[in-house]
Formats: sequence, structure tokens, C-alpha cells
Amino acid sequence: MQGWLPFWPRTAAVSGEVVNALYIAELGICVLIVLTVVGLMLRFCLVYRRGSSASRANLVAKTWQWEISWTVATLVLFLFAFVWGAVVYIWLYDPPSGELQIYVVGKQWMWKMEHPGGQREIDALHVPVNTTVRLVLASQDVIHSFFVPAFRIKRDVVPGTLETIWFKATKAGTYRIECTQLCGVQHANMTGEVTVMEPAAFGRWLKQQGVHESLAQQGEAVFREHGCSGCHSTASTVHAPLMNGLYGSLVHLQDGSSRVADERYLRDCILLPRTFTVAGYPPVMPDFSGQLSEDDLVKLIAYIKSLAK
Amino acid sequence: MAALAADVGTDYLTSENTVRSWLLTRDHKRIGLLFFASITFFFFIGGIAATLIRLHLATPSGLLQPSIYNRVFTMHGIVMVWFFLIPSIPTTLGNFVLPLMIGAHDLAFPRINLASWYVFNLSGLVLLYALIMGGADAGWTFYPPFSTLYSDGYILVAALAVFVNGFSTIMTALNFVVTTHRLRAPGMTWMRLPLFVWAIYSVSLLMLLATPVLAMVLLLVAAERFLQVGLFDPTHGGDPILFQHIFWFYSHPAVYIMIVPAMGVVSELVTCFARRPIFGYTGMAYALMAIAILSFFVWAHHMFVAGISIYSAVVFSLMTFFVAVPSAIKVFNWTATLHKGSISFDAPFLYALGFVLLFTIGGVTGLMVATLGLDIDLHDTYFVIAHFHYIMVGGTVSAFFGGLHYWWPKITGRLYPELWARFAALLTFVGFNLTFFPQFILGYLGMPRRYYTYAPEWQPWNLLSSAGASILAVAYLLPLGYLAWSMLRGERAGPNPWRATGLEWQTSSPPPTYNFARTPAVTTAPYAYNPENGSYVAQDGTVHA
Ligand code: HEC
Ligand SMILES: [Cu+2]
Ligand SMILES: [Cu+2]
Repeated sequence: MQGWLPFWPRTAAVSGEVVNALYIAELGICVLIVLTVVGLMLRFCLVYRRGSSASRANLVAKTWQWEISWTVATLVLFLFAFVWGAVVYIWLYDPPSGELQIYVVGKQWMWKMEHPGGQREIDALHVPVNTTVRLVLASQDVIHSFFVPAFRIKRDVVPGTLETIWFKATKAGTYRIECTQLCGVQHANMTGEVTVMEPAAFGRWLKQQGVHESLAQQGEAVFREHGCSGCHSTASTVHAPLMNGLYGSLVHLQDGSSRVADERYLRDCILLPRTFTVAGYPPVMPDFSGQLSEDDLVKLIAYIKSLAK
Repeated sequence: MAALAADVGTDYLTSENTVRSWLLTRDHKRIGLLFFASITFFFFIGGIAATLIRLHLATPSGLLQPSIYNRVFTMHGIVMVWFFLIPSIPTTLGNFVLPLMIGAHDLAFPRINLASWYVFNLSGLVLLYALIMGGADAGWTFYPPFSTLYSDGYILVAALAVFVNGFSTIMTALNFVVTTHRLRAPGMTWMRLPLFVWAIYSVSLLMLLATPVLAMVLLLVAAERFLQVGLFDPTHGGDPILFQHIFWFYSHPAVYIMIVPAMGVVSELVTCFARRPIFGYTGMAYALMAIAILSFFVWAHHMFVAGISIYSAVVFSLMTFFVAVPSAIKVFNWTATLHKGSISFDAPFLYALGFVLLFTIGGVTGLMVATLGLDIDLHDTYFVIAHFHYIMVGGTVSAFFGGLHYWWPKITGRLYPELWARFAALLTFVGFNLTFFPQFILGYLGMPRRYYTYAPEWQPWNLLSSAGASILAVAYLLPLGYLAWSMLRGERAGPNPWRATGLEWQTSSPPPTYNFARTPAVTTAPYAYNPENGSYVAQDGTVHA
């Protein structure tokens, strides 16, 4: 529907349809409010223009009855929009585990995608249609924001933490990726393309990339090279937790609290080990901040994830 | 009243006419005019930046270098927010008419008032220095770590300008608060205050409470950029989101700092030209205070996609819907004020009508971006740009022009040419909508803000927007011409050309240096207009048939 004068963006994901419905409903409410105000204003301006013969006797004296009724009416409309919007938000920002998980690293000024099979892409993302895809977003430098208008999904990519977002594409095709947070001179060129493919075509595409090592396998290598395995293995003399079965479990910490071992937790373990300690272990885990690139982190996390259950 | 109109010949404009007498004046009316000169200057700087932006965006590939483009929109934002919109109505119209309206001889602290103007200009000079040296490129929002570690612009100089500017805001606000509390004429009770005074009072409270937070966060940015203390830098254990919390804790209330005075102006205009008491005075006054208070609890609605927790997002969204309620009350009450009025369509009233309409559109689209599920899509796109320009430009700037025309005869003692003014008001309305309505569509199509280049299929809307901007530019330049003309050639206005009820109209035009020959005694509520026969009772109790 991209004619000469486009009015409506393309919609190519479940989230896109959900947001469209909300958008139309709320647009309806807004038009209703604006038309009421404009209608009344025009009517009054016409009927009560100076010199008209309309009667001005008996001005409304008890204004509060009117005020309370339109306050309540608007409040009800507002609450309706609020609840609907909140439901959509919670649904979109509380991502399911997903059938396919892809890591996205933003840096000035490109998007780097890492598939679980080890395939990498820059400013491009290939995904199968009708599949729940979960994106784990990391930034190497400043805040970026990952936006796919056709899916109506967006999330800031904040350095120092991981964010997740998900979508389920419904139509094959290519769609724009944009960065929406000012990130420097080439902010406007930090764009890319999502290519949604039929599953069979997607399978072929994965093979054609000629990658033999999965992301987890690459992670295992990093795990060895940086000496993690020196402590985190059965053969080690250091009393350090094993990585097997860690991902997704509930970890009890020294200070009595507990955290679910998701991607963000793993990242914090590696980069901020001084801020918390796993219960029952000595606080000797070295601080790796500044030594690992976002790429390496993504691989390590993928590796630890592969050891789940 | 004879006593009031008696002392012609010694008005505040002609009483003394040396440069020194202007630069060292302690008269709130003269200081209001000094501020007027300063903010007009900055309105042009910001306007030139806006023109460059729209020229650049007329084609997808643009005309400026990307790094220049970033500097231009950053300058546009900083200048328009802190050097025009925030000071616009309070320091000029507020300064001029607030003491007159409450029957005072001046503001409570005339010297602080003058000092505020000097501090404002000092901050302006710092900003111009930043501009001449090459400008800043991090947007008016200064988000770290981009602003602290990566940007190569004159961020700190620009931040210093905003920091210094804050002191001017605080001084002026303090003055208004104390004046409203202490210097009301006998009989001017709180519930007899014109709504413009309520608006300036509540906005002054907002300024006093919010501006120090801005100063704080700018100091933190400076500490971060100079000393790398690691407050916002994740590689040193800092949190970039912390900055956004503090920044918006100031900047959301700042949105209301920009719009609330406009609401005050419009209440004066609507009543005077509909010749009818305001519909629901008490509700209108309390709504202003409710807005001022609630606006402190909604800041994180600017951060729905920035990674705040789902629970806080839900709470902040709900609070945002609540703060919309008093705004809705105001819109409905203005509309209801037209009911059974006796309406004449003079230029100030046309601006006021434009305000109500554009503010309503800005308000309802504000609800759309406050809706969590929609904000995910709309945040940081042109939809948001359109939304806040409807409030800030369609709302505040329209009200500013409306108020300027309305009080012009009081300020200068002369009438402006009515036909030209009506034409300018209509042109503003048309040009404004043509400029900003297409941006709503661009936003939903997915065009992000702060992009120096965009997809070719978005060009028609951008072209339309740029065309509208050129009309808007003409509409804003017109008054400069005919108002200047009227200052010299305009018809003498007399004390009360609009037959308005406020005390400011019960003294001569231009008013004498100390405003009133005798302190007026207030006996009636504001807006005692009678639409049936056009008579009115001024606030000093005089009845006019
Ligand atoms: C000097 C030995 C040592 C090295 C080297 C080391 N760790 Fe650790 N690590 C520990 C200890 C001890 C703990 C538990 C105490 C704590 O939380 O600080 C730990 C905790 C962890 C945890 C949390 C485990 C849980 O059960 O919640 C993760 C994840 C982790 N390390 C990953 C790594 C990675 C990845 C590397 C390499 C980049 C690494 N570690 C290198 C000793 C080490
Ligand atoms: Cu960007
Ligand atoms: Cu806000």
C-alpha cells in the first residue's frame, strides 16, 4: 500500500495487527473528543456571535454538575485506553522464550546480528515466517533503539545491560529496521532490513552462510581462552559453580536474595561480579569488564545457555 | 474613574527616556519589555534553525552535512525550550500585567526582576558562544553516554548556558510567588484572582521546584564529562537511565511550565471576547493547581521503551492519564464559556480559538503516546514531534500572540490594525496545521525523529510540512511589521478599548510608572461581563453600561 501518498504503514507481524487495532480504537476516541469540542465551539460561535438574536438569559449557574459529568466521562474513556494499552505493553515487553533466539549488537552505526547457528549478518536480519523470534539486544557504545515499523516493535538498546524484544512475522518480505535514539552523526543511517522467509527458504539460507561452528561452540572457545574453564569445571581446584543447568534456574545469592539466571543475570555475573556473590562460594570471580567485547559476551552467554537443563 | 485616568503624560514609557533609565529600570513594565526584546531575538535564532530543518527535510537527501544537521536541531530545541517558550509568557506578559492585575505598584522585588533579565542575557551570551564555536550535537535532551563520552560538540558550554538560564527562571518565579501572596490590593482575595494570575502563580511554583533539579543533572553531566566519575557510564558501573529519570523529573514539569501560562492567557481572552463570566471559575483555578502537582509524577512516560520495569511503566501511564483530566476540564470549560456569550471575533479571540483547537489535538495525541502499547511504536518518531509542537507551538505560541495583541493597547497605548491581525491569526492556524499535521502521519509510517535523511516514499508529507512552515514563517513575521507600525501610527487606545474587567484596564494606557494613582479596592469576582446587554462590572467595582 505504498502509493504516491502513503497513509498507513505495512503490517507484517502479530504485534503489528494488535497495535493497529489499539491505534484505530484510540484514534476513534480522539476524533470523537476533538469533534465534540470543535462542533460545540463552532455552534456557539455561530449562534452567539455578537448581534445575533439568540437569548442570553439564564446563564448556567450550577457549573459543577456539568464539570463533574464531563470529568467522569473523559476519565472512563481514558481508563479504557489505559487498560488496553497496558495489556498490549505487558504482552510485548514480557517476551516468551521463543522458538528462535537471535542476538543483536548495536554500535555506532550498525546492527550486528548473531544467529544461534553461528551465522552473522550486518544491518540485515533473516528470519522464518510464523515463528516466534526473540531478540536479545546489546549496545557496545551509546544508547540505540531497535525499531521495526512494520512489526510495531521498538526497544532502546542500553549499554551495560541486555534488553529483549520479540515478534512473530506473518508475511514474507523485507521490512525496515531503524535506530530511533540519537546516537551520533550517522544515526539516520543506522538502518537495516529484516527479511522474512518461508521456513524452507530460511533453512537453505542458513546453510548457504557456510558456518560450521554454532554460536555456543564459538562461546566454548571463548570460555577456554579467557580462563573461565580454569575455575568453572569439575577438574578445578577453585570452589566455583558449574555452568551446567545454570541458565533458567533460580540462583540464591549471598545476601539472601535470589535471581533467575537469564541473559541479563549472566552478563552481570561476568561484568559486575563484585556487586553480588552466589551463596556458598568465595567471592573470587574476577571482573571481566573492559576485557570482553559485546560479541564475546554474546557467545559466552550462548554457550552457558546451551548447557541448560 | 477620574483619579485613574488623570495622570496622563507621565506614563511609564515617556517618564524618563535615557538608555540608562531603561537599563537600570526597576519598573516591571519596562523589564517586561526588555525581556520581550531578548526573547524575540531568541525566537528568531530558534526560528532560523527551524527554517533550516524544514528546508533540509524537503528532500530525502537534504542540504546540510549530517553533523551540521544534528547541531541545528539541537540548537533549535535548546533555544526554543529555554530561551523562548519557558520565559515567553511569564517574563513578558506576566511581568507586565501581573502586578497591574492584582492592583500592585510593582513586583515584590524589583531589583531581582532586573537582575533576572541580566542573568537571562548572560546565559544567552554563553549559548551564542557555544553556537559560534560550533554548537552542540546531542539534542536538547543531552542523553548520556552519548553526550558525556561520544559527542564532540560544545556540550558543556551549551549545558552551562541552560544552567545559568535556570537562575533567571528561579528569580522571576520567586518574584511572582511572593508578589501574588503579599501585594494583592485590598479585596483581591484568592478566589477573585484573574485566572492569568492563578496560572502564573502555579507555574512559578513549578519553576521553583523543578529548575534546581535541572541544574543538578547538568552539573552531573559536567562531572561525568570532565572527571569521568562514572555516574551514567556503564563501563564504570554507572547507569545511563538514571540521567533520564532526573532529566525528565525536571523536563516533564517543564512541559507544563510552557503551557500553563498560555492557559491563563486564553481564559482572559475567551471571557473578554465572549463577554461572559468564565464557566466554572473554581474548577479552572483548581485544575491549574492540579496540573502543577500531578505533573511531578509522570516523568517516566518519556522512558517507556528505555528499559524501565513493566510495573513502573504501568503506574506512570496511569498517572499520565490522570494529569490529562484537569486539562480536559479546562478545554470543556473554555468551550462552555462560549455558550450564551456575545462573541466578537477580534484577533486575540481568533488566536484563543486556535489555541483551544490545537491544544485539544495536541492533548488527545498526548493520550495516544501515554498509552503504553502505542508508545512502543510511536516513541521517538515524528508522531511525538507533531504532538508536542501542537502543544508548544499551536498552544503556547498562539496564546502568546493572542495575549500580545490583547494587551498591546495597554502596553503601548495604541491600537494595532485589526484586519492585518486577524489575517495573521488565520494564517498562523493554516500554516501551523499544514506544517505539523503531516508529521503525525509520518510518525505512524515510522519516520524516526532526528533523521537527516529518510525513505523516499515519505517525501510528499515532508514537502507539505516544509511548505506549511514557510506559511507559518510569514504568519509570525507579519505582526512584527504591523505592530511596529502601530507603535508609531496606531490609533490611541484609551484606558480600556476591550471594555474588560481586569484592574490592568482600569488605569491609563500606557500605565503610569507606579501603575495606579490610588491603590484600587477590589469588590467583585473577575469576568463580571453581562452578555445580555454588553455591560460589565470592573474588578474595582465600577459599573459600565
Ligand atoms: C578465579 C576463578 C574464576 C574465573 C577465572 C572465572 N570465574 Fe566465574 N565464578 C567464580 C566463582 C568463585 C563464582 C561464585 C562466586 C561469585 O558469584 O562471585 C563465579 C560465578 C560465576 C557465575 C555465576 C554462577 C552461578 O551459579 O550463578 C557465572 C555465570 C560465571 N562465574 C561465569 C564466568 C565466566 C564466563 C568466566 C570467564 C570469562 C568466569 N566465570 C571466570 C570463579 C571464577
Ligand atoms: Cu541511532
Ligand atoms: Cu512528559
